[in-house]
Amino acid sequence: MPITDASAGASREFIVLRLDAMDFAIDIMAVREIRGWTPATALPHAPSFVRGVINLRGAVLPIIDLAERLGFAPIELTARRVVIVVQIGGRLVGLLVDAVSDILSQPLETIQPIPDVASEAVKLYVQGVFAFDDRMIGLIRLDHLAPPALGEAA
Amino acid sequence: MDPMETIRQTFFQECEEQLNETETGLLALEIGEADSETVNAVFRAVHSIKGGAGAFKYERLVRFAHVFETALDGLRNGALEASPAVMKTMLRSADLLADLVREARGDATVEDERLETLRGALAGLAEAPSEPATQEADAFAFQPLTLCLDDLGPPAPGWRIFFRPTADLYRRGNEPARILRELAELGDLDVACDASALPLLDAFDPGGAYLAWTIDLTTSAPRERVEEAFDFVVDDCDLRIAPLAAAPESETPESETPEAETQNADPFAFTPLSIDLPAIDAPPAPEASARAPARKPEISRTEAPVSQTIRVDLERVDRLANLVGELVINQAMLSQSIVEAGLPRASKAFDDLSALEQLTREIQDGIMAIRAQPVKPLFQRMTRIVREVADATGKMVRLKTEGEATEVDRTVFEKLADPLTHLVRNAVDHGLETPGDRAAAGKPEHGEVRLSAAHRSGRIVIDVSDDGKGIDRARVKAKAIEQDLIAPDAQLSNAEIDNLLFLPGFSTAAAVSDISGRGVGMDVVKSSIQSLGGRISVSSRPGLGATFSLSLPLTLAVLDGMVVKVADQTLVTPLTTIVETLRPKAKDVHRLGVDQRVLADRGAFVPLIDIGREMGFRFTPADPQSGVVIIVEGDGGARCALMVDSILDQRQVVIKSLETNYQQVQGVAAATILGDGRVALILDVDRFVAGAAACSQPPLAAVS
Repeated sequence: MPITDASAGASREFIVLRLDAMDFAIDIMAVREIRGWTPATALPHAPSFVRGVINLRGAVLPIIDLAERLGFAPIELTARRVVIVVQIGGRLVGLLVDAVSDILSQPLETIQPIPDVASEAVKLYVQGVFAFDDRMIGLIRLDHLAPPALGEAA
Repeated sequence: MDPMETIRQTFFQECEEQLNETETGLLALEIGEADSETVNAVFRAVHSIKGGAGAFKYERLVRFAHVFETALDGLRNGALEASPAVMKTMLRSADLLADLVREARGDATVEDERLETLRGALAGLAEAPSEPATQEADAFAFQPLTLCLDDLGPPAPGWRIFFRPTADLYRRGNEPARILRELAELGDLDVACDASALPLLDAFDPGGAYLAWTIDLTTSAPRERVEEAFDFVVDDCDLRIAPLAAAPESETPESETPEAETQNADPFAFTPLSIDLPAIDAPPAPEASARAPARKPEISRTEAPVSQTIRVDLERVDRLANLVGELVINQAMLSQSIVEAGLPRASKAFDDLSALEQLTREIQDGIMAIRAQPVKPLFQRMTRIVREVADATGKMVRLKTEGEATEVDRTVFEKLADPLTHLVRNAVDHGLETPGDRAAAGKPEHGEVRLSAAHRSGRIVIDVSDDGKGIDRARVKAKAIEQDLIAPDAQLSNAEIDNLLFLPGFSTAAAVSDISGRGVGMDVVKSSIQSLGGRISVSSRPGLGATFSLSLPLTLAVLDGMVVKVADQTLVTPLTTIVETLRPKAKDVHRLGVDQRVLADRGAFVPLIDIGREMGFRFTPADPQSGVVIIVEGDGGARCALMVDSILDQRQVVIKSLETNYQQVQGVAAATILGDGRVALILDVDRFVAGAAACSQPPLAAVS
């Protein structure tokens, strides 16, 4: 699914992160803050990719292991890990990632649909790809990571 | 916000208050517990609504309020008796007025037919004041309260005062309104202002004196008391005081006819104070200035010694409450840091810390007090429900309320309306019998529904009871079997049968009425009460009635909890659910089935629940003797024993929603943030109690 924009040439800024040697991008407009990992409180009856909840200035923030959510091995927890706080709909969700590597600006028309070889899981969570410096970066579809989708396992 | 919109909002807020006032007053009149001031208060309230509505051009509202007001005026001046039939029409009109206000706000629509019917009825009352027989006669009517003032029989004792100030009076800084106010304290006041001396605007002298008043004062006070009011001005005015009975030197023939309103003749004629329609036709400038001082005493009469209040945007209070919540968390964090810093216990830091703790608690209590509101408006809403359901079912019902001043946090208050409405409807519709059946059972024909509220050990308890036939247990059980909710051969105690009412899908109503019995019934009430952290229980005595009892936390913002450790996780158990904590002895723990265990506790066996396993924190069963057991009591008094590793602390915690950013989690009521800044989960005790009963069903786990 290509992202088309009426104003050709418009660019968007993205936060780029690495998961299992692959690059992914998140629209910076959805990102509220980036913070270091702090131990989370486990939630009962939660799917394994929900790492628990943390205190974000008085609000209870669920943490999703983005790697595990996308089907990779769970992220090994160290203090160097990073939580990207994103807003999905009316909710705030923390995405646990290994590290944030870059912030880049990308013209919207360069974003292409996912090649057909991709698995269904990838298609569910990645809405498009674009090339940058010989790298291929997958643009993450945030709304499918949101808690309503978690309900299936709860 | 658009300034006009702000004023409009204020108007609607005030309407709510006026409507409450109207209803309270009418109810007092209905049961005969009213004085003349009550009628006046109702009249004023309706009048204010009419005035405000006129400013915003809510035509339907204005027109109805006007008719209503005219009828009320009949009550006020004694032309109309407060008979049951009349009061019924009045109360219905108050309901319609409330709906019209809602309509004006855009929240509802009122059918024209209903409007016309009531308007007709009210107009009928106003025209044929002494013919309440147009309404259905009520054979069992109470002795009607006659608000006889002067038209019927000999006039009440009092004084007619003619008062025309001279310009000197004003120059000396005296104020007629103050005098009128003083007179109003002596008794009932009927003031007519004579503005006929007012010149047109170009001839108007701002320092001149143009107004005169004729005041009918109904009072038992002697002449001297009346003269006292004029002590300071007696030399600066033309003052005549005569006994009211004689009514001499009538300067104002019109003022004696209450129907002056409809005559609407000379705009400069004496205009009885309470009427403002002629004002629309009158030249605005003199009329306005004439009316302005005359209105004051009318308002001032409500100025009883009431403590002062301010109106504050709810959002601001909520924000403050949230901030205080943060403060509580922060203070907990600070005290933890100080402990960790290893300062000596006797150091000043600890003293300061405990002072801070004290302050924080007080601020929190203060905020909660601001948000707390009495349940009175809620109960008042129920009077209308009772009335409507009683009308629809042809039953005669009286609603009694108790503990209206009991306060509860706004967060709880808002969510109480629906469950309470449902319970009250049920009480009238299902609980009470028809007048015929009641008479046959030797009861008074009027059924009684009683609403009471009280604070009990940190919770608010609201009872809805009726004196009807009670729960028909045989029928309930038959229905439950028919609906496949219980096994046909189930042996149930009376209490268990009563509790069947709360099962999803249960309904005994033979025919589905539009009042209650739509299948969405008590189970919905129960779940909404539970979602508030509350409980509901029922007790019933055949032939004598049933009582539904709600017990709710006073606030949804904080709770007192016991902080416990389970499998390295910190959890909070609400203190109100805890019965006791103990270290179980080996002989008290009994196995039941494959992996259920029960604990013998004071002669009863309670299911033992391994929290760690239930919540998925560990997979191996815990050894009951290595930890502590907390006996908790859930909904309806059923108990279970929760196994935890250790008890850490007992403290007040701020309740944080898990659903804001995540979703509801089984076994978890909410979350909180502890002193170390980490999130801790608050256990949903009812869930464990119910879960234990559902999965283990230990035959001996009887309620102790």
